[in-house]
Amino acid sequence: MKRMINNISLCEPLYKTLPKKVLIKNGTVIDPFSEKEYESDILISNGKIEKIAKNIKAEKGCEEIDAKGLFVSPGFFDMHVHLREPGYEQAENFVSGTNAAMAGGVTALAAMANTTPCVDNKFVYNDIKSRVKGLLVDVHQIPAVTIRREGKTIVEMTELVEAGAPAFSDDGSGIRSSETMKGALEYAKMFGTPILVHPEDHTFAEGVMNESLSSTELGMSYIPAIAESINVARDIEIARYVDGTVHFQHVSVKESIELVRKAKKEGLKVTCEVTPHHFSLTDDMVRTFSTDYKMNPPLRTQEDVDAVHKALKDGTIDAIATDHAPHPSEKKNVEFDFAPFGVLGLETMFSAGITYLVRKKKLSLMEFLKKITVNPRKILNLEADMIKKGKTAELVIFDKDKKWKVDRRKLNSLSINTCFHDDTHYGKVLYTINNGKIFKA
Amino acid sequence: MDDTVKGTKLLKTKHLLGIKGMCREDLELILQTSESFKQVLDTPNKKVAALKGVTVVNMFFENSTRTKISFEMAEKRLSADVVNFAASSSSLKKGETLIDTAKNIEAMKIDMVVMRHSTPGAHKMLMDNLNSIIINAGDGAHEHPTQAILDLMSIVQKKPNLKGKRVTLVGDIVHSRVAMSNIHALKLYGAKVQVCGPSTLIPKDIEKMGVEVTYDLDEAIRNSDVMNILRIQLERHVGASFPSLREYHNYWGITNEKLARAKNDILILHPGPMNRGVEIDDDVADGDHQVILDQVLNGVASRMAILYLLSANIGGAK
Repeated sequence: MKRMINNISLCEPLYKTLPKKVLIKNGTVIDPFSEKEYESDILISNGKIEKIAKNIKAEKGCEEIDAKGLFVSPGFFDMHVHLREPGYEQAENFVSGTNAAMAGGVTALAAMANTTPCVDNKFVYNDIKSRVKGLLVDVHQIPAVTIRREGKTIVEMTELVEAGAPAFSDDGSGIRSSETMKGALEYAKMFGTPILVHPEDHTFAEGVMNESLSSTELGMSYIPAIAESINVARDIEIARYVDGTVHFQHVSVKESIELVRKAKKEGLKVTCEVTPHHFSLTDDMVRTFSTDYKMNPPLRTQEDVDAVHKALKDGTIDAIATDHAPHPSEKKNVEFDFAPFGVLGLETMFSAGITYLVRKKKLSLMEFLKKITVNPRKILNLEADMIKKGKTAELVIFDKDKKWKVDRRKLNSLSINTCFHDDTHYGKVLYTINNGKIFKA
Repeated sequence: MDDTVKGTKLLKTKHLLGIKGMCREDLELILQTSESFKQVLDTPNKKVAALKGVTVVNMFFENSTRTKISFEMAEKRLSADVVNFAASSSSLKKGETLIDTAKNIEAMKIDMVVMRHSTPGAHKMLMDNLNSIIINAGDGAHEHPTQAILDLMSIVQKKPNLKGKRVTLVGDIVHSRVAMSNIHALKLYGAKVQVCGPSTLIPKDIEKMGVEVTYDLDEAIRNSDVMNILRIQLERHVGASFPSLREYHNYWGITNEKLARAKNDILILHPGPMNRGVEIDDDVADGDHQVILDQVLNGVASRMAILYLLSANIGGAK
């Protein structure tokens, strides 16, 4: 029988094969690894970087990309994505999700394990690995920490690390049992593999939005800041105790950030990420009652957003990751209480960063790019020095100043649940190159 | 329209989703019209033809006795055609969506929808998707605007000038749509608003709404001109943040003994249904200071006024 994947016929991959020789002319290379920015051409040959120099002459048959006025950077890495395959292909699948990724300049991503079946063993892991082969975007599947993400029995980590897993995460749920968390961090320590933690104490978090003046006025059930920070505090203590490596996903409140800052000062192996919506929006948006502002962790207060900006600047927050969480419109277009948590992110990560961080002078362009290129790769122990002769050409060419309006109907994701609909953004990716393939906007 | 109620004024609001965002003029017009309808209710016929030919659907996705009967009564006294629809909102969650349900009902040609729903903001969804006039009969712990209006009417009947008067809402503030709508309405009338109850039932940052907070009922009793006693939802509370009904009654229940320290003309309201012996004692619930049954009658009169005034927008709500 032919293999069937829902909707896959509706979305074809948007990339083309990269010509044998491609010359990127007159661009400004910005390399967050070496922290250097310089005018240079880049010659790509058979998908690999052949030469980085000024005034490279195009040979015969070489395709040229005029990058005058544009930046050339390493491909972006989104370390927090829900591709929804297998199990929820009406929301997203490998093709639609990676189409969205390349449109946003994302050449590699980490996919979370809350699929059906859950990625909690080598067999599901290897099946996914074989199915994402050959795409422009490198999909790094992250297996669950515990079987069925139930927080009880840890997965066969040795086998999964051998198969290529760069980290483990029960994202979508916090791990309730301190004993399980200790076991996971201690076991993963053998491989130097980080545990990516969704910090949430579910005994607090029965609500739909942040606890604040807004939830009071709206009469909505709430997820207090402490539901997150108490879990961050616990897992820092466990990481200290077992000398483990912990990465906190989507931190959203100032209290968590302060805990991470202190842990880093002590030299613990602790890192964290923030989502674009948590650095750009506040829980005031929930007053519209639009379920496009329902996510977990929820949008927080302006004070929290200010703390996020400061922590991005001082390095407390290492990475920006989207928590791309597609849901079909029939699931989102219901009463606020009944809608699932989550919003799209892949296609607006870069522009949200340019719009809300770089243009507002919270971060320099270099600092911002570091958080979507070098840092996530380092956290996952992947190669981060990319603009080098002989390396696979994994590059993004972007216009930093191009203004555009986010339109949910024009996004490449199968779903439309963006929290930036109708928002004016700056920064547009024009070309995304990886694995001998090219996407043109 | 009917001769009994002659109004040339129109409300600025096209729907009634909440008190927040309303202007005082609208509230004044509603109260004034409500008094006229109250006189209608005192006539032997009790009925006017104001909404003849208008179809009103009461959609109740949460249990309600008083509010539902009050609306239905108001609609019938105005000669509207009334259809009732009741379901639990959890059944909606499993099957047809709220929007589909409402659109199907609207396709049968209706003019106004009165809805109660467990989710804050559910009415905005209806407003965005229907052409009918929408009236909120309670959405989660968000707003219950008609309750606030009937409470306001009951207070103003006894104390016409609320400016500077202190009105205290006692009890479960955090789960109360009545509290939120009352706060907005009372502030529009210049009252000082205070909330009183155990700390775990007072929601975060409520003082940022310009509301005073006290945990001490005796203090509240001494300084209040009006007290609105909110219902303790028996099934909901006992647990991590609420020790027992016994303790609640002892410290926050209104008794005649505690009321002895109050101002002579203190007014006691209760939106009902009452838990006698929990938040309010018999001798207070039936005593001289309370206006609880006035509230019920005012409820019908003010809902008549709201339906009537909003009906001016039928066909042109958007």
